[in-house]
Parts: sequence; structure tokens; C-alpha cells
Amino acid sequence: MTTKSQELVHWIDARFPLTSTWKAHLSEYYAPKNFNFWYFFGSLALLVLVIQIVTGIFLVMHYKPDAALNASGVPVAFASVEYIMREVPGGWLIRYLHSTGASAFFIVVYLHMFRGLLYGSYRKPRELIWIFGTLIFLALMAEAFMGYLLPWGQMSFWGAQVIVNLFSAIPVIGPDLSLIIRGDFVVSDATLNRFFSFHVIAVPLVLIGLVVAHIVALHEVGSNNPDGVEIKKKKDANGLPLDGIPFHPYYTVKDIAGVVGFLIFFSAIVFFAPEGGGYFLEYNNFIPADPLKTPPHIAPVWYFTPFYSILRAVTYPLFGVDAKFWGVVAMGASVVIIAFLPWLDRSPVKSIRYKGGLFKAILAVFLVAFFILGYLGVLPPTPGRTLLAQICSVLYFGFFLLMPWYSKLDKCKPEPERVTFK
Amino acid sequence: MSIRVIKTLKRLAAVVLFAPAIVLASGAELHLDKAPVSTEPAALQNGAKVFVNYCLNCHSASFARYNTLQQIGLDEQQIRDNLMFTGERVGDLMRVAMKPAESKTWFGATPPDLTLIARQRASEFGSGADWLYTYLRQFYRDPARPTGWNNVIFANVGMPHALWQLQGEQIAKVSEHEDGTKSIELELAKPGKMSVEEYDKTVADLVSFLVWMGEPVAEKRKTIGIVVLIFLAGLFVLSYALKKNYWKDIH
Repeated sequence: MTTKSQELVHWIDARFPLTSTWKAHLSEYYAPKNFNFWYFFGSLALLVLVIQIVTGIFLVMHYKPDAALNASGVPVAFASVEYIMREVPGGWLIRYLHSTGASAFFIVVYLHMFRGLLYGSYRKPRELIWIFGTLIFLALMAEAFMGYLLPWGQMSFWGAQVIVNLFSAIPVIGPDLSLIIRGDFVVSDATLNRFFSFHVIAVPLVLIGLVVAHIVALHEVGSNNPDGVEIKKKKDANGLPLDGIPFHPYYTVKDIAGVVGFLIFFSAIVFFAPEGGGYFLEYNNFIPADPLKTPPHIAPVWYFTPFYSILRAVTYPLFGVDAKFWGVVAMGASVVIIAFLPWLDRSPVKSIRYKGGLFKAILAVFLVAFFILGYLGVLPPTPGRTLLAQICSVLYFGFFLLMPWYSKLDKCKPEPERVTFK
Repeated sequence: MSIRVIKTLKRLAAVVLFAPAIVLASGAELHLDKAPVSTEPAALQNGAKVFVNYCLNCHSASFARYNTLQQIGLDEQQIRDNLMFTGERVGDLMRVAMKPAESKTWFGATPPDLTLIARQRASEFGSGADWLYTYLRQFYRDPARPTGWNNVIFANVGMPHALWQLQGEQIAKVSEHEDGTKSIELELAKPGKMSVEEYDKTVADLVSFLVWMGEPVAEKRKTIGIVVLIFLAGLFVLSYALKKNYWKDIH
């Protein structure tokens, strides 16, 4: 006897692959049983994406992308954000969730990427997952950069001015390109409107498409794990991986605990330190944008600072082209080079657990250099800091470019046959 | 060979790790006094009184409405009777009649809107409240300035000392140190209506009011936050127990 609900499922299954999709991606998707702490950040990135989309929908209901001055002499866009903060019921919460969500997105994604570095998640056959991931990171940077203009504060305005001006350093097409990006000769109402359009429609669509591709590719080849061994190599009589467990219910219940743990940290910031010490909401951005008053120090938001430091570290003109252009090239390369990791890593093992001291030491240097670059990016440059940024930039690129050699030289331990699980 | 390489890399990591301490320890310092910020209604109400009497003539607070002052314990009639001097309605925004372009020619700079001033003035040297508390207590007489006033932490400020009748007149004693740096010491040359303690308390109330106005929801936000965190802590215990239960047969 079938119940009404079972009948309904049969009816749908005859017309739409509901049960088979559920099985393929959840109840019969076999994931390695030895995921550790680092494996929470993928599902958390998805959670933050949902938070950003939902809060964004409500913000758009009240936000106005208009640089004209209102009756009090304040840009309408800036005033509409304060209107959300003060007069829209619950608006302050929605706005803080969105502004904190932006920083949380990068924290979670950086940790997710670092997990990939630790356990060689980018290695064959997961190269495409890694490339989609790098594209997600690029789209996320574009999304964050354009979103940051919308509150139309001093840092929004001057940050956008600095970054868009970088494009004008590209030979031949540069000046016209920056004109197209701005829609004007300076950052203006036209810029605000097109950034708004990109931030709420164009880039989110790309982002969601890439996230789907990222997950579809992952579920095609299966997840890596902290041991870096393929669970599909050892199967039982039914053809199921011996070290695999169905994603649902095992990892759904585990990820729920991870989500609640994350929300505790997230809420602590949203409710008790939404400015994030001036890093999540910069103090200068509480001043309305003033095109006639350049702030003494223009700092990008924290999540861009490592790459911004690399940009500023390039101070030599080459081939008769301005140093600024080569800075842009270096900054672009510093992100794009991440996509090439699958082909740079020649180590016989995937996971750091079985790699030798050489890789561990180089990874530590890379990590330290990355943090220093990030810290230098929030500070105004001095000759000493520029030198330090140059050293760290070389170390950053060295990690990637020398990998084909040091990953082969490294004395690795043998990988186990099966995953280790206590 | 690899052991030597690893040692070298470790040394490199150490150098890279400690180099910032040398490079980053530079830059101008700004010494701010810690503001005794209060959330008491009496302090906020006194701050509101000082604000509408001394600030709201040149400065606007154009994101705040008069009737939001109900949140600091005043009713509409009290707001109308004590804090509104012109023809506005109680639901109006706290705007000023002075046009920004005109005030720019008069003062050299348009007096900034003060709704968010306490959030704008925060920096690595202290909170926005600390900056305001220091700023409003460090005006001194300077005949070289068109207004006759200058300020220690905001050199050549466009604003004259709006609270001078209360504080009195301070004069500056500049002393030069051996290393070429200058420090300014202030001395009360002509006392005002208030004693130093009374004036500091008045400024503290005004600053507390400005902090409140920067984010009126701040106290409510923290109260809700405690409830949210308690709820999430409970939920975490449950979700962790659920995970444990499901995973007990995984070996």
C-alpha cells in the first residue's frame, strides 16, 4: 500500500528526476568518513551565499543607488543606508548581516582554499573543481568590490576611484576601458548605478552558476579527504566505497552542527562588534562620499589587502610601461596563478600528512608572507614597508612557481591504502 | 641536503615574521583622553540639551528625527517644549537652515553633519567618543586664526570654540623637545561659567549623546545579541548530540 505522499513522489518522479537527484547528491553520494574540521567551510560558504542573497533582497527594497544630494545636502545613496539603519524595522540587523556576511564570506572561502592546499584537493581528477573555485573567488572579489561602492561613503568612493584608475594603466586600451567601467570621467552617479546593477544581478548570477558547476564537478569525481587517498579504489561487494558514508544523513547532521557553531561566531560579530574594529565597516565610510576631499589614506577592505600589497610592491617601470601597469599585472597574476596549482604540484602524495618537512616549511613561509602582505595592505606605504611587501610578494610567487621543483625534492612518506579514522 | 634547506627556510620565516615589528613601528601618534561614555537617560538628556543649544545651529543631524529622542526617555511634549526652538514638527529630521555652500564660504569648510560623528571619528588611536571628548576640551586662544581659536588635536580647525562661555579661555604653552617635536600644554587663563569638573561632565554627556545618536539601536542590538547567543548555544548542544547519535555506528 502506498501513502498519499509516496504517490505524489511517484507522480513527480515520472516527470522530474526528484528521487534520483536526491540520491545522486545526498542520500547515495558517498563521502569519505574521515573529514575533519577543515571540511566545514565548503558548506559554510554556501550558507553565507544564501545569507547574502536573502539579506540583499531586503536591502534592495530600501536602498537607492543615487549620488544626487538630498535636501540636507547628503547623497541619497548614503542617506538611504542610514534610513535602513534607523527607520526600516529590523533594517539595522539586515544591513549588519550583509556587511558582516561580506567579511565572513572571505574568511570562510580563504579557509576553504587553504584546506585545498593542505590536502591537495586540487590534484587530479579534481582540477576542474579547483578552476571553478578560483573563478568563484574572482567573481566574489568583483561582487565585494562593487558592493562596497554602494553605501557611497568616503572609502567606497575613493577605493573605487583608485581601483578603476588602475585599469587606465593598461597600454592602448586602458583609458577607454576605465571610462567604460566608470561610465564617466570620474566615479559618479553613472558608476554607482552600473555597479549596483552588477552587484545585484550580473555577478550573483555568475556566482550561482559557478557554485553549481563547482558542486556538480565535485559530485562527479567525489570528495578528497585529509589523507588524500581515493576512497573509490577500495569498494565492497555492492560497489560502494569501503571508506565512504552517505552524505545524508551523516554529513548533513555534521554540517548542521558546523553551521550552528559558525552562527555563534557570526552573531557575536553582528550583535557586538558589527564594525569589526574598523575592518568590516571602515570608520571613514561613515562619512558621505565627497569627490572634492581625498582622504589622507585610502585602504581597501581587509580581504583585498594581500593582493593590493602585491600591486603596490611593484615599483619599477618595465619595457617603457608605467610601474602601475605591472602592479596590476602582478595583482592579477597573484590570483590567477592559484588556478594553475594542479599542474604545479608534482608531489607523489596529495595530503600534507604524507609530505615532507620541505613542503611544510615552504607552506609556513607562504602563509606568513600572505599575512604580512595583508597587514601591509591596510597601512600607508613607507620605503621600509614597500621593501617588506616586495620580499613577501617574491615569497608568494615563489611558493607557486618553484612548486614543480620543491614538490619533487620533498621527502614524502608513503600514503596509506585506506583512510585513517579514529 | 633537505635538512639544511628546511633550517634556512625556518630562519627566513622567523626573519619575515619579526621584520614587521621594526618596519611598522612608526607614524604620528594621537593622544586621546578616554571618554566616560554613559548610557544613562539623565546623561543623554543633558547631552541632547547641550547639543540642540550649542551645536544644532551650524551642524545638522539630518539622519535623526526629533521624536527619536523619545528613546532616551523624553515624551513628545518635553521634546517640543525644551529641545525645539523653530517651526519644525516633532517628526522632522534635525536639519539646519544654513546652506552648505554658504557655510563653506563663512567657515572655510561646511560644518559636518553630526549624526554619525562618533562613528566617523574612531581610529586606531581610540574610539570616536575619545576623539570628541578630547577635541571639545582642547580649544585654545590663537590670535593668528580668523576665529581666534585653535585646537590641539585638530590644528587650524574652522570651528570657533562653541562652548567657550562654559569652559572659559585656555591658552597654549608650546614646548620644544630635544628631538625637535613639539608638545602643547593648555592652561585655563580665564575661567568660564563652569568649573573644570563641571565642564568635563557636560562634554562627557554631550559625547554620550553623540554616541547614542550615531547608532540609537546599539543597546537594543546587544540585548538581542545575548538572547541569540544563548539560543544558539542551546541549539549547538542539541545539534552536536544529534551528530554524535548518528555517527555512533561509523567506525
